Amino acid sequence: MSREHARSGILRSRKDEEMKLLGKRHRHERRFRAYSITALLLACTFLVLFFGDMIHKGYKSMRQTFLRVEISYNEESKASPLYAVDDDLSYLVSRGRLRTIPREIKQNPRLLNTTNTEWAVASADVDQYVKGAANRLRPREKKLIDRMKEEGNVQLRFNRGFFTNGDSKLPEIAGIKAAAVGTLYVIFVTILVSFPIGVLSAVYLEEFAPDNWLTRTIEVNINNLAAIPSILFGLLGLAIFINFMGMPRSSALVGGLTLSLMTLPVIIISTRVALKAVPDSIRQGALALGASKVQAVFQQVLPQCIPGVLTGTIIGMARAMGETAPLIIVGMIAYIPEPPTTLGSAATVLPAQIFTWSSASLRAFSERTAAAILVLLAILLVLNAAAIVMRNKFEKRW
Amino acid sequence: MKKTGKTMAVMACVGLVAGLGQAREQIRIVGSSTVYPFSSAVAEEFGATTEFPTPVVESTGSGGGHKLFSQGVGDNTPDITNSSRKMKKSEFEANVKNGVGSITEVVIGYDGIAIAHNVDNDELTLSIDDLFRAVAALVPVDGELVANPYEKWSDINPALPDTAILIYGPPTTSGTRDAFHELVMHKAAKKYKELYEPIAKKGEYQAIRDDGAYVDAGENDNLIVQKLEKESHAIGIFGYSFLEENGDRIQGAVIEGVSPEPATISSGEYPISRSLYFYVKNAHLGVIPGLKEYVDLFVSEQMIGDRGYLKRVGLVPLPADQRAEVRKNVAEAKALTAADFE
Repeated sequence: MSREHARSGILRSRKDEEMKLLGKRHRHERRFRAYSITALLLACTFLVLFFGDMIHKGYKSMRQTFLRVEISYNEESKASPLYAVDDDLSYLVSRGRLRTIPREIKQNPRLLNTTNTEWAVASADVDQYVKGAANRLRPREKKLIDRMKEEGNVQLRFNRGFFTNGDSKLPEIAGIKAAAVGTLYVIFVTILVSFPIGVLSAVYLEEFAPDNWLTRTIEVNINNLAAIPSILFGLLGLAIFINFMGMPRSSALVGGLTLSLMTLPVIIISTRVALKAVPDSIRQGALALGASKVQAVFQQVLPQCIPGVLTGTIIGMARAMGETAPLIIVGMIAYIPEPPTTLGSAATVLPAQIFTWSSASLRAFSERTAAAILVLLAILLVLNAAAIVMRNKFEKRW
Repeated sequence: MKKTGKTMAVMACVGLVAGLGQAREQIRIVGSSTVYPFSSAVAEEFGATTEFPTPVVESTGSGGGHKLFSQGVGDNTPDITNSSRKMKKSEFEANVKNGVGSITEVVIGYDGIAIAHNVDNDELTLSIDDLFRAVAALVPVDGELVANPYEKWSDINPALPDTAILIYGPPTTSGTRDAFHELVMHKAAKKYKELYEPIAKKGEYQAIRDDGAYVDAGENDNLIVQKLEKESHAIGIFGYSFLEENGDRIQGAVIEGVSPEPATISSGEYPISRSLYFYVKNAHLGVIPGLKEYVDLFVSEQMIGDRGYLKRVGLVPLPADQRAEVRKNVAEAKALTAADFE
């Protein structure tokens, strides 16, 4: 009896122990899940905070204040354009509007001695005041704006200039067009250079190259290149393209070539991964039907891995598009308000525009910086979404 | 596949050819990030009001600008370099060596360096010595150099506030930092010349403490302004134009009894101010279209005058007689000589 009692005791204690262990495992699991959820929530919070802040700051710049003023074209305003409007308004209407008056008169002499009522862009301080932000207007000027508002001569309109103007020192007429066109040129060069070279290198390395120490060294180096800080590519670009080959500084050509150096390893690696995923049966099938190695690769294998190649390319391009550091070195962080016309003319890019605006002293630039960031983010979002869509559409399961 | 490959190659070649071998139409300007806002403002006006294309203005820092400028004469070298300090002798020699030859120096105005803090604080009055003791790595105490022991402003001078020393300032790559070294550190260290001479050339001591009281805040001055708004006991060092633009958030400290204002900076009463310059490569005058016109516009009354446009952007104008002299130098394309650097 006592023996049996003891045995059941042992059993019970073992069972207790097992229950304890089980409980411990469950707790462990719950804890792990809690950690994961916290991490996810934290990431989401940061994202929401970042976007919220950008949108909160940036949406105001989508509207711009306009003033209805009478502009007089005469000898006086031809000599000194600030006199084209009422004295009190000289500094309230944007300098960007008034300074072109002498040229207008020169181009169209019939304007002389006429007046014209128009909606003119207001200066940044007026714009800030109308939007309720900090400004440097004097009390008298504030009163004047208030009065004009009552008379219906002040209007907030959609800020089209933000998309159709180039950079300016005057926040009210500063826009992103030159930078956006510059980005297009640069990315064009980058794709043109890095896509064919990248895909062909990957095909050679993966399908044709013998497996020896040389190819292995190259492989290690390519993987290494993908992780190199981008500023080093800028130094390389400066040394090779500008100093050695004599290409024009600050040009889209040099910027694009520099960024393609950076994008190449990304494209090579993703193409190789895609090639590896194609089963050998495809190659062998092609060869068995009498195709040459080149035919097998280009007609059978490569078409199968287009989604992988495109995904890699698009992600590489997105990275290149957001890159600033190497472009500082090749002189693309500069005041360049006109969009480039050839690959050799001076150009700037969107991230560079954001960088210059963010360090400008005028307060009105901060909302424009936020808006430019939103535009860049939107473009990157579209690119990444395109990569995902393409992958899902063309993806093949073996 | 083959066809597209060929087209791509052809297009790439066309692109390469289009990019190269064309004569430069635009003026190229490099140099100081402090002068950059003024230089690009003039460049914009120049592009908007004349038939010439807008000059390209790069912000490379004063040193970087001089280096690019002195590479030689020709299409692929800049026409103008901006500088927040005078050209150094070594830089002039590099120019001579590379055949740049005739260079005209143009003074455009002054820039004050503001020692700023939160607008809600009481007025802060500092001497150059106070400032030096707050930021130097080694300070003289009882006739001996010791590692900076000051933690609070009141440790330096009982009249100063009883708050921890926290200074946000420019990094070593910045021209503002150079000016701070020269106008504050060197000036204050001179008083203790016999102490500093053994460790610094000519007693020009400029090592800044690294125990956390001085924070290198990067090149973005807007960031410093935001810090000052949040941390009321912090002090920031940056260009005067940021103080003017953010008058609702920050105020300038009174230095040696003078507060930073256009009048005191222009007259030289405010002790931490410097001249801003640009240098023109005379060999490019008449070769690069519009270069002469750009320089003329820059030194015109409507730009650097008492009521000029650059004043609205934050430049402190030169006195009228000096402006006249600058214009005379420009008109004559007066070249720098080795004697100017003695």
